[in-house]
Amino acid sequence: MMVVLIAAPFLGVYPVFMMKVMCFALFACAFNLLLGFGGLLSFGHAMFLGGAGYAAAHSAKVWGFTPELAVLFATACTAALGWVTGLLAIRRQGIYFAMITLALAQMVFFFSLQAPFTHGEDGIQAVPRGKLFGLIDLSQPSAMYIFVLLIFVIGFALIYRIVHSPFGQVLQAIRENEARAISLGYDADKFKHRAYVLSATLSGLAGATKAILFQLASLTDVHWGMSGEVVLMTLVGGMGTIFGPVVGAAVIVTMQNYLAELGAWVTVVQGVIFVICVLLFRRGIVGEIGNWLKKSL
Amino acid sequence: MDIFGIPVQALMGQLLIGLINGSFYALLSLGLAVIFGLLNIINFAHGAFYMMGAFGAYLLLNKLGLNYWWALLLSPIIVGAVGVVLERTMLKRLYQLDHLYGLLLTFGLALIIQGLFRNEFGSSGLPYAIPAQLSGGQNLGFMFLPNYRAWVIVASLIVCLLTWYVIEHTRLGGYLRAATENPQLVQAFGINVPRMITLTFGFGVGLAALAGVMAAPIYQVGPLMGADLIIVVFAVVVIGGMGSIMGAIVTGFGLGLVEGLTKVFYPEASTTVIFVIMTIVLLLRPAGLFGAEK
Repeated sequence: MMVVLIAAPFLGVYPVFMMKVMCFALFACAFNLLLGFGGLLSFGHAMFLGGAGYAAAHSAKVWGFTPELAVLFATACTAALGWVTGLLAIRRQGIYFAMITLALAQMVFFFSLQAPFTHGEDGIQAVPRGKLFGLIDLSQPSAMYIFVLLIFVIGFALIYRIVHSPFGQVLQAIRENEARAISLGYDADKFKHRAYVLSATLSGLAGATKAILFQLASLTDVHWGMSGEVVLMTLVGGMGTIFGPVVGAAVIVTMQNYLAELGAWVTVVQGVIFVICVLLFRRGIVGEIGNWLKKSL
Repeated sequence: MDIFGIPVQALMGQLLIGLINGSFYALLSLGLAVIFGLLNIINFAHGAFYMMGAFGAYLLLNKLGLNYWWALLLSPIIVGAVGVVLERTMLKRLYQLDHLYGLLLTFGLALIIQGLFRNEFGSSGLPYAIPAQLSGGQNLGFMFLPNYRAWVIVASLIVCLLTWYVIEHTRLGGYLRAATENPQLVQAFGINVPRMITLTFGFGVGLAALAGVMAAPIYQVGPLMGADLIIVVFAVVVIGGMGSIMGAIVTGFGLGLVEGLTKVFYPEASTTVIFVIMTIVLLLRPAGLFGAEK
């Protein structure tokens, strides 16, 4: 995967497109950490992507933070947001959890719509990319590409590490049989809350990077449609697989880019993919391949 | 005349709007509660069915020349039939799986339906006139009450209470409640549970469409009219207690009023007040106001 990501711009793939895919892939991986490994379907993850976008954009543009500080600040903000909303959301399970996260995200959406610093419908535009550590100019496309690539790789490696750590194992045990995990002495709620905060933080990292990359933070990223999109990416790629969300994000972003002129048909196509995945391919692309190879990917 | 420094007209006006919104919240969350009770599925496409109901009224008027009253009868039946088909072909395959798949499938369906309507009719709203019999209004002395709005409030209240009565106090409702507890046993008594499930889904969808028809003359008829409303309705359902019929009705109207009052006293918070209430309720009573702790 690393080879593909490093080589892609040299093979003539549009770099901005690749960077967009990486941002969404990180977002989807973070989301999958919660859904695929924790069994918790959040329908409000847009609040972390979009919220971090606003935090990064505002701190970079108005407070003049350097990009690495802006990204760190935004990630810290989403960690805090995740901590608070997580405490509320993990009180219920399954669909209840999904609806509560959705409602919490909607609060963040209306806040973003009305708060003065987010500029409502316009969003925060013309965010400076700035100089990394005051030295490297990120307005250079190649520098920006390496910056995004590094963030993606670090985020992905972290998720890989979390999943294969004892913490990840316990999390999966809770997903499989919560009552049994509790009877073994694990505090299920604490584990779920930690997974939620980790997922929120990494989603925030993706959102902050995206805002610096596109020099824009807008309402699209906090709208609940985005929460649906990340579910779709994970579902298409294969939930509970390590590489699935990356593939899913690539497929969905590619589709949106190349079908953009079809207008509202994109929504219809997305809906059809959703329905087909739920009815026929619940394992997703990578999940099906893994099942075929008898290996967990 | 002022109450807390707010002119009575303004206060009553907002309360009326709140009551109207509350009627729609109640009708929609009632349908969601009925569907959730028996199918254990959170119907994300509920907003889309509401929108289809409104478009049904619009199309019946403009293509077939059938007036509002026909639409009130036919549109819920047609949309309900669509719901029955979807349940038979798709949803029934998911009952033995995790509940989340039902949510995901209906989310996909909502995207398809909204996308198709947007392709056909564009994103901007279409007007639908108030039926002649209900135009005009009453002067109550302290405020002006449009007849149509009074009708919406009364009609939805009647529909809600009828549904509640049927489910809680009739034999048919007894079968329904028994089937939610133990479908195998009810099946063994010779009751066709799958058909009951299908018809219940159709009924819930029909309720959404009915709300859509009633909403058509008040709001504009547009493809996305249900998309944002549905999230508020989800919050209503969570606050009321999922699956509770009375909870859905009472919280629906109640939250509509609270929203209206917030618009008078602190307009900035009017869009979020319901979610704030939801948060507080969840902290104090995770099962919702009328829900039973499982």
